[in-house]
Order: sequence, then C-alpha cells, then structure tokens
Amino acid sequence: MFKKLSQKIQVSILAICSLATSVTVILIIIFLFSEGISFLGMKPTEEGYVLAVNTKNNLSSISPELCKKVFDQEVDNWSQLGEKDMPIELVNSDQIATFYSEEAIGSEMEYLDTCYNDYVSKHEGAFAVMPKNYVTSKFKGRIVEVQENSIASLVTGREWFPTAKPIAQFGILPLLMGTLIVSLGAILIALPFGLACAIYMSEIAKKGRRKIMKPLVELLAGIPSVVYGFFGLIVIVPLIQKLFHLDVGETALAGSIILGIMALPTIITISEDALRNVPNAMREASLAMGATKWQTIYKVVIPYAISGITTAAVLGIGRAIGETMAVLMVTGNAANVTFNYLKPVRTIPATIAAELGEAPSGGIHFKALFALGCILFLITMSINLYVNFVSKRRGVK
Amino acid sequence: MKAITKQKIVFSILKVMSFMVIAILFLIIGFIFVKGIGVINWGFISKMPEEGMLKGGILPAIVGTLCLIGGSMLFAFPIGVFSGIYINEFLKDGPLKRFMRLMTDNLAGIPSIVFGLFGMALFVNKLKFGDSILAGSLTLGILALPVIIRTTEEALRSVDDLHRQASYALGASKLYTIKKVVLPIALPNIITGLILAIGRVSGETAPILFTVAAYFLPKLPHSLFEQAMALPYHLYVLATSGTDIEKAKPMAFGTALILITIVLICNLLANLIRAKFKKK
Repeated sequence: MFKKLSQKIQVSILAICSLATSVTVILIIIFLFSEGISFLGMKPTEEGYVLAVNTKNNLSSISPELCKKVFDQEVDNWSQLGEKDMPIELVNSDQIATFYSEEAIGSEMEYLDTCYNDYVSKHEGAFAVMPKNYVTSKFKGRIVEVQENSIASLVTGREWFPTAKPIAQFGILPLLMGTLIVSLGAILIALPFGLACAIYMSEIAKKGRRKIMKPLVELLAGIPSVVYGFFGLIVIVPLIQKLFHLDVGETALAGSIILGIMALPTIITISEDALRNVPNAMREASLAMGATKWQTIYKVVIPYAISGITTAAVLGIGRAIGETMAVLMVTGNAANVTFNYLKPVRTIPATIAAELGEAPSGGIHFKALFALGCILFLITMSINLYVNFVSKRRGVK
Repeated sequence: MKAITKQKIVFSILKVMSFMVIAILFLIIGFIFVKGIGVINWGFISKMPEEGMLKGGILPAIVGTLCLIGGSMLFAFPIGVFSGIYINEFLKDGPLKRFMRLMTDNLAGIPSIVFGLFGMALFVNKLKFGDSILAGSLTLGILALPVIIRTTEEALRSVDDLHRQASYALGASKLYTIKKVVLPIALPNIITGLILAIGRVSGETAPILFTVAAYFLPKLPHSLFEQAMALPYHLYVLATSGTDIEKAKPMAFGTALILITIVLICNLLANLIRAKFKKK
C-alpha cells in the first residue's frame, strides 16, 4: 500500500518535471508580451511635457515621426502639416529665454508659464513644448495630442531613437532591415560551404575522415558567441576596413561573415543527416545505370534530401536572426535603413542587448525593447513551427 | 567534358570547401591560443583584476562562471533528466508526447537574448531576486533544459527494449526497472548531456547581461543574491568597453583562451564518454 503510494508520488514528480519546458514557454510568452503589448497605447512624449499651439490652429494630433521632423526643422511650415501657409515658430525652454527678458521670466523662472501662455496665444504659428503643469485654466493655447504607439507606427517608423527629446522615436524598420540583411548575407556565405561540407562528409569522405570531422563541426557550434564576436572584432573588422578602404570596419558584411561561420554547424549537421537518410538503394540504382558518383549525388541524392536541406537553411537563418553578442560586437550598431553591406547596421537582438541596461525599468523605452523581444520571439517561433511542420509532413526527423 | 573528369573537379572543390570549414575552426582556436597563451599564468587565474582591469587576473570572473554553472545545473539537470524520463518512458506515442517535444524544440530555438529579457522580467523584477547569481543561474538553467532533455531522451531510446522486458519478466515494476536497469545503462549518455549543457552555459553572454553580470566587482561572491562577474561578459567588456581597449587586448585574449578551454574540455569529455560507451 505504502509502496504503491510512494511510486505514484515518484511518477507524479517526473510528470511535473516534464511540464517544465511547456510552462517555461508559456511563461516567456506571458512576461514578454505583457510588457511588449503595454508599449502599444503609450505616448512617446517626454514624461511631464505637452505640445501646445495657438487656438486658431486646427492641428489636433501629430505623429511622433512628423513631430521630430518639426523639432529638427526639416518641416518648418504649417502647410506641410496640412494647415495654413505660415512658418512654424518653435518654442521650447531654450528659445523662450531669448524671446522674453529675464525680468519677465523671473529670477527663479516663476513666471515661465505666463511667458509660454503669452507667446502661444499671440503667435499663430507657435509650436510649443512645455511642462504639463503649466497648462492651467488660464492657458490660452490648445494642446496637441501625440499619436499613441501602434503596431503601424512601430513597423513603418523609419527611425529608432528612443532617447530623443521631447518625442522618442520607435520605428523598427531600420532594425528589421539590419537583422534581415545581416542574416541573409550570413546564409549566402554559410549555405555553399555548409552544403559542400555536408556532401563531402556524407557522400565522399572515407568513414575515418568523417569520424574526425563530425566532432570538429560540433566544436564549431560550441564556441561561445562572444568569442566569435571577439575574433570578428580583432581579425575580420580590420580586414574589411583595409580591403574596402572604409572609415570603420564594423559593417553588415562583418556581421554576415561571423554569423555565416556560426550558422555553419547547424547547416552541416542537419543537411548531412538529410543526405544520410537517403536510402542506399537509390544510390545503387543510379550507379548501376552507369551514372558517376557526382551525377548520382547531383541528380538523385540531393533532390531526395532537398526538404532536409531547406530545413537546414531555414534553421541556419533562425540561428542568425537571434544571435546577439557577436553581431553586437562587429556590426557597428548604427540604425540605418540600407542595403549596403559596407555600412554599419543594427539588429534587433543587438539593440536589446545594448539598450536594456540603460532603459529605466517599466518606462516606455524598456517596454519598447520588450516589444522587440516579442517580434524576435514570433520570428523564431514561426521558423521552428514551420520546420516542425515540414519535417513531420515529410516524415524525416 | 567527360563525366568522370567533371566529377574529379567537383569533388576536389567540395573537399577544399569542407577543409576550409575545418580550417576556420583551427584558425579561430589557434589564433586565440597563440595570442592568449602568453598572458596565462598562475597570477592570471588566481588574482583580482587591477588597474581598470588592465592588469592582474580574472579570478572573480572564473569563480562567477563556476557559480553560474553550478547553480544552473543544480536546477536544470534533475528537472531535465526527470522530464526526459517521463516523456520517453511513461508517455505513449501520441499528440501529448508530440506537443511536449515541440515545446522542447521551441524552447531550444528561442534566441538567448529573449531568455535574458525573460529572466530580467521574471526573476530580477517580478520575484525581486535583483541582479544576482540566483537569477542568472535560473535563466541559464532554463536555457540548458532542452539540451539535457534531448540527450536524456536519446540516451533512454538507445537502451534496448530487451533489458526492460527482462526486468519486467522478473516481476520488477516499471519505476524499479527504470531505476535499476534503464538508467544505469543510459547514464553515460545522460552525463554527456550534462557536460554539453555546461559547455553551453559557460559561454552564454546575452542571458546574463541583465540578470547577474557585473562590469567590475573585485571580490568573490558570498551569497546567491549577489552580483558576480562572469567570463563571457568579462571578455565582452574587455573587448568593447574597457577603460583602454588597446591595452586591454592581452587580458581579453587570456580571458577568451580560458573560456575556449572550458568549452573544448567539455566537448572533448562528452565525445570521449560517448565513444567509450559506444564500444561496450
């Protein structure tokens, strides 16, 4: 009786442990997305500040991107915002001091609110950024709402500048592009070499040689990414700088090369497995018909194993997309929207790693980084599910 | 061109390309070895960092990494092995088993920086462990779980069913059979998983960035709730953001060499164990 109970308890312990991975995945989803989704709906305005215009102005809301252009004076006429044709007169804490005398502002800036009020009410073209508590019942301007973060603003925004003031910029387009071109470059480098290595190991090399090569390839997978990054920084970055006569060697190309090397083991192992799963009868039939070994590999073995090879490529891309440290160290981390491999880029994981330490916990920047994490999670999760789906349909594992 | 000539050309190209892949491995390891070996001496591994980490040793980073390895394995190894046992021995083939394997695969595919985010949100902020060895160990443990579960499952699958049936025939219960028959046979391969997980955990940087790693902390940790330095993060700091990056290079090479040595030893050990028990 007691024995049976203790057995039952032991089995239940095993069962509970087996839930660990599922629970973790669910927890990751909950924590990641609860922070990431709360980013949507927040406003990227600096804490405690508002935008105000003259009451004759019809502008009621403005997108963060346009707003930054106004402050950078790329947009300097109201007609560009769909209003009357008149110049935009920016007012912020620096400029207000040039418009009014020290007396008017007061020695301890106690009348600053009156100055803002005065300026905004008198100048039709005024566009003011001012502390929120200056907006009282006496205020004669109109508050302009900054549009909330949305999935659309996140995906279409062309600038990532989370510490910009007064309006932070959260456009992930440059990061997405950076991630994609670096990963694409990596797979273009890794696929030919990885495939060649897999074919050589599975079809050409003698058994003894394969036995030596396989653990070496596994070792390549075992080298920590920070060591790859270090190697890239010391060897590949200066090399690229010299070869292409660049000012800085930290480029998308450097990232692609390092990531390509890192993706090699994944590609080799999985495509080699796929090649070795091809039944020998296929090879023998082809050889018996007088085909050479290469013709057999090219016309019979590779087509038969193609789904496994695709899986290898897809997983290789997945590995490259999620890679953090090595990319952080060699790509230069400038958020550019570019297809130029000789320019610095910034990827999603590198952004998270570089900025999370500085982002105050719970703030909008912090949440934006979690939103990036969600995007990363969704990308890699769909890659895994796709691979799982394909390998199940093909019956290869 | 004759087919056989073409084959010769193609095969030599493939051969050269594969050797290039292996050559890259030796290039990286060799480069770090040659540049780093000069720095390594007893002082380097037994002293605190000095003078803005440009001199002295890397003892706290080594100790920190050992703590993280110990902490993460203490938590992940039993859970991983138990989980592998349950999935392989108790679950029948079906949707549930497939689902669990899928979840393990998914967890393995999640990028390491996402583990860092998660560890920070759950362990550091929600459970209020703060930046601590505990938070870092748990984060790294989760990351290592899939490795351990997979190797455990593989190890159990490779145990011949005859062993199980013989044990049942003697009247042993399922649990007793697993404990006394299956596990002892599978143990070497399970240990392989442990070693590989240690190799993986010791080199991970992204998950510890925000859960434990200290930029500079010239003392040894005394409790689980303290921050610690760690080898991979130390290498990152030396290579990118030290006080004087040029002067820090030798230290960085030394750190990289120590890190790579740990990983190499783990891989070698795992392969040796695998090879030894395959023959028997």
